[in-house]
Amino acid sequence: MHTLIAQGLRKRYGDLHALDGFDLTVDAGVIHGLLGPNGAGKTTAVKALATLIDVDEGAATVAGHDVRTRSAQVRRQIGLIGQHAAVDEILGGRQNLVMFGRLYGLAKTAARARADELLDTFGLLDAADRAVSTYSGGMRRRLDIAAGLILTPAVLFLDEPTTGLDPRARNEVWRTIRETAARGTTVLLTTQYLDEADQLAAEISVMNHGRIIATGAPDDLKRRIGGDRVIVTVPPRDSLPAVAAKLSCTVDEDTRTVTVEAPLRTVVRALDELGVEPDDLVLRRPTLDEVFLTLTEKEQIR
Amino acid sequence: MTTLRAGWIITQRDLAHWVRQPWGPIFGLLFSIMLLLVFGFLFGGAIQVPGGGDYIAFLLPGMLALSMMFGVEATATAMGADARKGITDRFRSMPIGNAAVALGRVGADMTTSAAELSVLLAGGLLIGWRITSDPGPAALAVLLLLLLRFAVLWIGIFLGLTFRGDGATAAVQVLVWPIGFLSTAIVSAETMPGWLGALASWNPLSATATATRDLFGNPSGVTGGILADHALLMAFLWPLVITAVFMPLSARAYRRLRT
Repeated sequence: MHTLIAQGLRKRYGDLHALDGFDLTVDAGVIHGLLGPNGAGKTTAVKALATLIDVDEGAATVAGHDVRTRSAQVRRQIGLIGQHAAVDEILGGRQNLVMFGRLYGLAKTAARARADELLDTFGLLDAADRAVSTYSGGMRRRLDIAAGLILTPAVLFLDEPTTGLDPRARNEVWRTIRETAARGTTVLLTTQYLDEADQLAAEISVMNHGRIIATGAPDDLKRRIGGDRVIVTVPPRDSLPAVAAKLSCTVDEDTRTVTVEAPLRTVVRALDELGVEPDDLVLRRPTLDEVFLTLTEKEQIR
Repeated sequence: MTTLRAGWIITQRDLAHWVRQPWGPIFGLLFSIMLLLVFGFLFGGAIQVPGGGDYIAFLLPGMLALSMMFGVEATATAMGADARKGITDRFRSMPIGNAAVALGRVGADMTTSAAELSVLLAGGLLIGWRITSDPGPAALAVLLLLLLRFAVLWIGIFLGLTFRGDGATAAVQVLVWPIGFLSTAIVSAETMPGWLGALASWNPLSATATATRDLFGNPSGVTGGILADHALLMAFLWPLVITAVFMPLSARAYRRLRT
């Protein structure tokens, strides 16, 4: 079953086409990653699906409700976690959750019970009565996510949830997102990081210039993008052109490195045959830049 | 979920800020009291009230009106901060009425201002200001002051929603001063050059200040002109006009968040 369906969404801001024929379907209970660079239209897409903005054209349904005509019903089914942790910094964590719970229509006692439950789930019970301004970035984000889960929504929107967090906080937030999805909530997550989409999402849509240019499981996409890169630093005693000739690669003469798009084993064997002992050898994933270059090139050829 | 209930919950959130961080409102109050003392005692000796009367008795109602007008700053700041930090967007993604966010702001700011008014009135009594009229007119004076606060609240909501940057807050903080001083809040319009005095007489703040003085039985510093004849009427009409203009503008600014 499709929990999220967007068809042909268009949204213009002056000359900028923030959404330019945006289509998306997301199945119930999965984490879907919306991957794209700054300005690709990710936030606009999330805001349109979360009933915060009106689109110029197109239609979307969330949990079976049209976002335009039945926004009140949609709002009962969603949690929205924006780019900033939208919690009250002066109040405590518990006060925040009780306030949002009551705004979601819970009675005082029910709101308190739900707040305690969420504080416990998100590991915030110890800090429940401290002002949120004293929280770490990861704690603040977890509270933010908890506030979006008060009514156990069908869909949770997360707009770049780990931007600006340190690695440890990022891991905390990732765990929270996984646990949320495991409890049956559909998650639409926007991110600029391939790594993050890879870690969390069962399905990834790559977005550029207001529309989706590729969708698939992370492994599918990576196959389409090409495999891992091996970066070899060639020592001064060896010939850079010789290595370049042996391996099909791009050469950077300044840093004496070659970047090879081939399995590590093949590269190591080739170097061995040449008798080259590299100064450094790095294995890395395709970067987002490379994903885009590859996908947008393919898009143009098609 | 009624819009009214949601508004009340948002109001309670702001009131809870007081308990957590009382220094903001306390400094606001201290500032008003400082202004009162500076004008009352430092400058006051050099100021003559046209038509006669004690300057402290003239000044206090003016300071009350001034502090109500300065409330626009607090409203715009709070509204802008919520919009900037994404809290307004969170409210908008929740199943609550469209008016709840504004209602919450109105509830919180009116409560704060009523408390501020009480403290300033008490402070006035301490430095020798007196109400010399009957309770009825005195109560009406307080009502008029709160009406002015209510009106500028909508200016604040409009500004906060429309200009969300920190710069806008700073602009409001600077602009309230000339608007506040170009009125009869602190000195009578009759001591100003003719054209400036005429301008000051038409300031909504002057209408509230003058009407409040009349209703408290304090010297008004007015011996003729528009304020002599119509201060009370203007003190009603100005806030209603401001509200009639800025309430729809605020609603429009809130709707425009959807674009």
